[in-house]
Amino acid sequence: MAVLQSQLDTRSEQFRQNKEEMTAKLEQMDELYAEAAQGGGTEALERLAKRNKMPIRERIAWALDPDSPFLEISPLAAWRSHVAIGSGFVVGVGVIEGVECVILGHDPSVRAGAFNHFNSKKLMRGLEVARENRLPYVQFVESAGADLRGGGGGGGGGGGGTPVDPLLRVEGHFAESGRLFYEITELSKMRIPTISLVFGASTAGGAYQPGMSDYNIFVKNQAMVSLGGPPLVKMATGEDAEPESLGGADMHTSTSGLGDYLAENEMDGIRLLREVVGHLNWRKLGPGPSMPADPPIHDRQELLGIVGEDLKKPFDIREVVARVVDGSRFEEFKPRYGPTLVTGWASIHGYPIGILGNNGALMSESSEKASQFIQLCNQIDVPLLFLHNITGYVVGTDFEQGGITKNGSKMINAVTNSTVPHITVIVGASYGAGNYGMSGRAFGTKFTFIWPTAKIAVMGPEQMAGVMTIIQKASAERRGAEFDEAANSLREAAVMANAEEQSKGLFATSRVSDDGMIDPRDTRDVVGFALSAVANDAVKGTKEFGTWRM
Amino acid sequence: MADVNIKPITRLLVANRGEIARRIFRTAHEMGIATVAIYADSDARAPFVHEADSAIALQGKTSAETYLDAEKVYAACVASGADAVHPGYGFLSENARFAEAIMKRDITWVGPPTHAIEQMGDKLSAKQAMTDAGVPTLPAHELNVGDDLAKAAEAIGFPVLVKAAAGGGGRGMRVVESGADLEAAVESARREAEASFGNDTVFLERWLTASRHVEIQILGDNHGNVVHLFERECSIQRRHQKVIEEAPSSAVTPAIREKMGSAAVNAAQKIGYTSAGTVEFLLDGEDFWFLEVNTRLQVEHPVTEAITGLDLVREQLRIAEGEELGYDQDSLTINGHAIEARLYAEDPTKNFLPSPGTIQVWKPSSQARFDSGVEAGSEVSVNFDPMIAKVIAHAPTRREAAAKLARALETTQLHGITNNRDFLVATLRTPAFIAGDTTTDFIERVNPARTREPSPTEVSDAAIAAALFAQDRRRKNAKVLRHISTGWRNSLMPPERVRYAVGDNECALEYRAQRDGTFEMNIGGENHHITLHGVNGNQIDLAIDQRRITFSVSEDDANRYVHAPTGDVVLTELDRFPKPGIAEFSGGLYAPMPGKVLATEVSAGESVSEGQLLVILEAMKMEHRITAPIDGVVQEVPVSEGDQVDNGQILVVFEENEEES
Repeated sequence: MAVLQSQLDTRSEQFRQNKEEMTAKLEQMDELYAEAAQGGGTEALERLAKRNKMPIRERIAWALDPDSPFLEISPLAAWRSHVAIGSGFVVGVGVIEGVECVILGHDPSVRAGAFNHFNSKKLMRGLEVARENRLPYVQFVESAGADLRGGGGGGGGGGGGTPVDPLLRVEGHFAESGRLFYEITELSKMRIPTISLVFGASTAGGAYQPGMSDYNIFVKNQAMVSLGGPPLVKMATGEDAEPESLGGADMHTSTSGLGDYLAENEMDGIRLLREVVGHLNWRKLGPGPSMPADPPIHDRQELLGIVGEDLKKPFDIREVVARVVDGSRFEEFKPRYGPTLVTGWASIHGYPIGILGNNGALMSESSEKASQFIQLCNQIDVPLLFLHNITGYVVGTDFEQGGITKNGSKMINAVTNSTVPHITVIVGASYGAGNYGMSGRAFGTKFTFIWPTAKIAVMGPEQMAGVMTIIQKASAERRGAEFDEAANSLREAAVMANAEEQSKGLFATSRVSDDGMIDPRDTRDVVGFALSAVANDAVKGTKEFGTWRM
Repeated sequence: MADVNIKPITRLLVANRGEIARRIFRTAHEMGIATVAIYADSDARAPFVHEADSAIALQGKTSAETYLDAEKVYAACVASGADAVHPGYGFLSENARFAEAIMKRDITWVGPPTHAIEQMGDKLSAKQAMTDAGVPTLPAHELNVGDDLAKAAEAIGFPVLVKAAAGGGGRGMRVVESGADLEAAVESARREAEASFGNDTVFLERWLTASRHVEIQILGDNHGNVVHLFERECSIQRRHQKVIEEAPSSAVTPAIREKMGSAAVNAAQKIGYTSAGTVEFLLDGEDFWFLEVNTRLQVEHPVTEAITGLDLVREQLRIAEGEELGYDQDSLTINGHAIEARLYAEDPTKNFLPSPGTIQVWKPSSQARFDSGVEAGSEVSVNFDPMIAKVIAHAPTRREAAAKLARALETTQLHGITNNRDFLVATLRTPAFIAGDTTTDFIERVNPARTREPSPTEVSDAAIAAALFAQDRRRKNAKVLRHISTGWRNSLMPPERVRYAVGDNECALEYRAQRDGTFEMNIGGENHHITLHGVNGNQIDLAIDQRRITFSVSEDDANRYVHAPTGDVVLTELDRFPKPGIAEFSGGLYAPMPGKVLATEVSAGESVSEGQLLVILEAMKMEHRITAPIDGVVQEVPVSEGDQVDNGQILVVFEENEEES
């Protein structure tokens, strides 16, 4: 297989500037990670330690096989929101006793593990990752339940402010909130084991988290599981319930049978968890790595200087490929046809993969090439990696007459119905229908990651502002009103600024619209990790697609 | 000379085991002689069995059931078709009846004639013969039933040594300082002598507290030629057993050498001694006294080989074949200085008690001669001598030989078994040893370090090496995500944590893999930047900050044996998680090693005072007295006389007396 040669000029001004901008973003990320790792802050952590309890990251770290990698999902959720960064909840894919598992749980140091919009979304995403990739599901249960200050129900929005504030922030209703329990049960039916390690309170609906799990480990003197806590029992029946006999670990493991294992303390619970996972007889259904897993010959450090903040500056996506795939080997498919999309075969950490990467707007030819390439990978059961730097499908009369919408539709048909695993990394822009065609988040993609300088939106900020100006002008003309240029400039600037902010990768990732922002240098490890995770399920392509528009 | 014909040896059976069997096989093979081994059950996989051309199983466990069982060994000699038997040392090497039976069968006995064994083997008759020959001896008294012990001892003068007449290797020996301990010492010496040599005769001898043990190696052929190969000094002893031997002695002048040598040669000639033998003396200043004759090859013979250039086993075999020595006393010279150290599976911190177990790591240094019977995985069993190896260094001067030997011991990789290596190294490096100030009370007087305390840096380096070695192993064996960078994280998670026990201390470390493949590590508050240059087999090449070091790491369950250029460090990885359901047992007295219960002196309910004898245990042919550590009440004695117990097995359950209630 051909080895990619690099044309990257690492001494150019452009490289230097890109690297500077990227490095600044990475420093910002590191600060945010450090903030997230602080959980509910020093005082809360001290309070926890006094009760011999560990914050969620400690619990997870002890559960993982030493030295094994851990991929946290959406670690920067809730940035610039009323909720602590990370949303007081950790979800990730990690290795326990040699088994890749979805591991998730509330951080007891953050609002006692209360639910909010962001961590609800992360929890549901964790369930989805377990279901779609057939990964055993491990939940560390300790939650105060819905944050009553935030309105109640799965969509509560957190607390603070005046009593009416929470109502203003309600984004969902209690009636939608049962999906969590439905999905835990569904996993079990799909023969995906579910394990609850209960560290603390799990009352009301929360009691069904262990209730619906296959295995329950309860930590002595900490776990408290009941449909109604003592206050609710008092309200409902007038009984003065004693907490331990109402829902304590000792009672549940000896009397009610809700608990299967009694742990002496948190560490003992984690030990038991590792034993349970160890006996699952877990066998991955997909293939293991089958190709040489040698690192790329080009330095991954150089990934920092390929793309910067200014996404209008073009770069060759092969420069990224050359620093991600095994041995920088890449067999390019149809290099002379539809060159605005690069397609070809390679391997990452030994897993064969088909890559689609943008080198310009999607044209009819590149769309057709994509459709063919996706079908070929489905024919041979090879997963797909989409590398986004896409401003969209090309527009204009000539292109429409040339069938761009028709050919773009073919590509979307192929992407939609393809059944091999898709992994997406947004390295530059990801605008409009280009995002869909390149297997964006909404297209059943198994994992989606984003580089720090990337942007995602329906269109570029300038296009958006310009389009709005044109529409406003047309509207003014129709009304016969005079068009206020000065007011329009102000509005245009505001629209642009807002669109710019909202299109930034950090905003996207904080809204849990991807699986996380990654250091470009980690791309190879992240994609390799994802390829291994998806192989827990069978990797099987299809010949069945929707009707091809001809 | 015409009356002795050459009778070539073609197949040699070695009636012994371990290092001496291997050592004899080596020379035999060089001389074109086929070899036969005999072996006990526990030696079935021992190296000496593999190295022999053929081997015969003795089917038994203990010495008495195997190598000491003259009938079984004799049957093996006959069955093997061997035309010669070399007895090595110990076991049947000084058993005249066995030698006689062998010779009657027209099998060559590689050793002295039976009458010499008989006369010299019994220490009392040997003393008499020497006294008759005009060699000074120490006052002694044979103990017969009904003797007045106290009177006999008084006549000799305290301190007095109780010694087995048929003894050797320090067994059946007791030094008694005063009359009060005499009776118990005689009783236990008799028991040990009976168990080890099948002869419970013991005698009292004057004990010189601070003399030197000097011995003359002699060689005699069947043509009337006897020479001596100079002296060896073996003053450094513990439990009356030699641990460091050297040749020549720094205290022996040419005049003393001449006098001792002549005395030895004359005595040998007088009784018609042939083959190799050793005449032992105590030396104090210019004065020396005869001790005993060993009618066999000695453990410490290699130091003589080193300074004379002779192969003593070859000489023994040639002599047995009927050849003449071919050299005389004047043609022999001393070349440089040689020192031997005996590496034992024993615990110097517990009065050198044997510590049987399994050797996990064994990689001798290339800078010295190693005569050993073990390899990695060998078990040092409770049934036999716990020697791991003899290590011999030869150099132009004594000082250089000591330095070379100490370093060879220090750079040897030996793990998994408690041993005296660090003690030997410390001894060889004491100024007293280097000055040649060696006497039989050296260990008590100079008190060399019993163990090596690795420095904090050595411990921390070893912990780093062990942690990163384990890290590498885990990554290489990972079932999934093997190729992803070690400990990779995309967010900020707690570091990897490992805790080790090092002796009584705990060493905790935390580390995080960096994107460039290096590690940031914290040990006890100290930060280090570690570059892992590579792992090859059990070698790990690290740069700890600026220092580049290659370690060898071996793992056995939780134990991590780390060999650094400065020596070995053993760490035990502590469990990450609590172990369920193991309540700590307290108030029990445990067997210090595997052995047999000889006697239980107390029963349940009995009140005992501190120091009171509770149980006598026999292990490694030695008696061990288990005494009450404090005043208290015996709750339970779960063992009884004759029981075989394991290391750590509870012998007595014991409750401390309550403080005034």
